[in-house]
Amino acid sequence: MTERIPVLKIGDVLLVSIQTDLEDQSVMNLQEDLAARIVETGAHGVVIDITALEIVDSFVGRMLATTAAISRMLDAETVLVGMRPAVAITLVELGLSLGGVRTALSLEKGLALLAGADPVRADRA
Amino acid sequence: MNGQSVTAEEEFSTLPITTNDDVVRARQLVRALAQQAKLSLVDQTKLITAASELARNTLVHGGGGVMRSGLVERGGRRGVTARFEDSGPGIPDLDLALTDGWTSGNGMGLGLSGARRLTDDFTLASKPGAGTTVSITKWVR
Repeated sequence: MTERIPVLKIGDVLLVSIQTDLEDQSVMNLQEDLAARIVETGAHGVVIDITALEIVDSFVGRMLATTAAISRMLDAETVLVGMRPAVAITLVELGLSLGGVRTALSLEKGLALLAGADPVRADRA
Repeated sequence: MNGQSVTAEEEFSTLPITTNDDVVRARQLVRALAQQAKLSLVDQTKLITAASELARNTLVHGGGGVMRSGLVERGGRRGVTARFEDSGPGIPDLDLALTDGWTSGNGMGLGLSGARRLTDDFTLASKPGAGTTVSITKWVR
């Protein structure tokens, strides 16, 4: 059984919150649904919230990277938010540092990043 | 028995891996074992991630197989072992298969090499035409 993950629209940002451990087909479906929704809504930003994900393996990691690339081609910027420390450590050790994907620690910071503010710089000021 | 493990293999549970859902089940089973063994959170995450890579390999490259997993003990240390067995086409060149970036399919080639980096013990046995067995163990620090 494959589930569809809801893609929510807030202003010109699409929000996807991955809440469960996904099987591979659901991950592929999400990528297609998201691409279709970007074109449909003309959204300029995508926030993918992975706070609930206990692990990100190479398949999901690759999907996150390709989703960001696809979104960019469709004129939308992707920010990955809520990665757990253990997930970050594991991904880097796995050999996947998601170089092309912007990240933010929280949904709030991710939205601020897309809105043009630079929360990183603001924090350091 | 080689004297290293005091846990009888008969106590290992067997999970068939024939669908994408079984890969999710493999992760859940290994997560439960890792929590039971009281691995640290980072070590749990590493072990579950490695198991996920290998379960997917078993499904995609091995044409399906089984995962045998359970708690193990060696020299007073607890650990979790998961062994993935398939009777698929096997791997012709093991050294090459363990190289980062080498892939037989459309993945990134990080599955085997990544699983080895993420675990403490890693053994790979394969013969062309005779299937592949990969075993991983993570020990409590």
